[in-house]
Amino acid sequence: MTAPVELPPRLAELVEDFSDVSVKERLQLLLELSEELPALPERYSGHRDQMEQVHECQTPLFLAVEVAADPDRTVHLFFDAPPEAPTTRGFASIMQTGLDGEPAAEVLAVPNDFYLALGLGEAVSPLRLRGMAAMLARIKNQVRSAG
Amino acid sequence: MPVPNDTHPKLAAYAHPERLVTTEWLAEQLQQPGVAVVESDEDVLLYDTGHIPGAVKLDWHTELNDPVTRDYVDGARFAELLGERGIGRDTTVVIYGDRNNWWAAYALWVFSLFGHQDVRLLDGGRAKWVAEGREMTRDEPTPAKVDYPVIERDDSAIRAFKDDVLAHLGQPMVDVRSPGEYSGELLHMPDYPQEGAVRGGHIPGAASVPWARAAAEDATFKSRDELEAIYQQEQGLSPSDDVIAYCRIGERSSHTWFVLTHLLGFPHVRNYDGSWTEWGNSVRVPIAVGAERGSVK
Repeated sequence: MTAPVELPPRLAELVEDFSDVSVKERLQLLLELSEELPALPERYSGHRDQMEQVHECQTPLFLAVEVAADPDRTVHLFFDAPPEAPTTRGFASIMQTGLDGEPAAEVLAVPNDFYLALGLGEAVSPLRLRGMAAMLARIKNQVRSAG
Repeated sequence: MPVPNDTHPKLAAYAHPERLVTTEWLAEQLQQPGVAVVESDEDVLLYDTGHIPGAVKLDWHTELNDPVTRDYVDGARFAELLGERGIGRDTTVVIYGDRNNWWAAYALWVFSLFGHQDVRLLDGGRAKWVAEGREMTRDEPTPAKVDYPVIERDDSAIRAFKDDVLAHLGQPMVDVRSPGEYSGELLHMPDYPQEGAVRGGHIPGAASVPWARAAAEDATFKSRDELEAIYQQEQGLSPSDDVIAYCRIGERSSHTWFVLTHLLGFPHVRNYDGSWTEWGNSVRVPIAVGAERGSVK
């Protein structure tokens, strides 16, 4: 047994929020998060060529990762998914809320299967959840390759 | 009192016009007793962002599937699902959804396995309703629970299993996946999570007719003439044929099943819901690769 990895504080809070409520309420929470996904800043809007597409999502999702030059190598995340894909937007919003502004080392330390703790498998089906795993994997790859 | 059919001239040309309704028709029938509107989507949250007033949600992944066995729910569970949505055996059910009615067609096919008599699709689905600026709401209806009888599912007429497909080799089949999946270059459809198949290609002899060819730009079905040109003139299928359609898990092929059965009037069409995720993982079943149909040796 290894000690449980500590998630970044806001991600841990989200996991707690989800696991505290019923399956139906989890969907409601995901819907609220999908509505809170920030719009793209000007430097990305209309510039999908500068973003990476997450092919594993059911609906095209575009992702950009910036790693700041500060000592913490602070990570910033940007997502773009259409309003008719609220589930994908909700997953992106979990990443945005939970990981944006965290040091690179913290982002890389998030377990790849952290999303299982959200308890969304029953609410959205395990297949639909795969997009979330892919999102995290691509975020980590970009953080690593940012030097 | 049976609910009248939509007599729109475009629908009248189809073999079974009673299986489709237009957005205009539905807008006028929303308050009609005996009509239930059901939304069935790819995206499990889309209904919750706003839906047609009075519509109830039915999710394919989490509700129409058995949670343990790879199969559909049984008669008791189906009766429960419909009863709690206020749908009776005599209710006229109109189903609509996202992505050109993929999942709506799938739901309609499952309703048909249980022999629900009057089930129709909204031509153009959710996209057309939204594009026309028609009313949407977030209010969830609270239908009074009704008794839906427990009906045993009848898989014999419109559902094919792997053994049925093996016995059917050499007869007409339609593979409705993308050309890359058909040829074997791709193991799953582009831009979509994959369920995983260890082999790529298609069932020998199957014609490649990607499902979306049956849909027009606005997500409605193409006209009868256009559909006949694709499936009959171009692909050489005939209404008297015994046809099996398949895709990856049976959702896209439900759309084609609907086209062949209800719009073109083929009486013997089965949907193989095991589809490529079963066939492409099965030991020693024949597989053809490349763009040609291939044949069984």
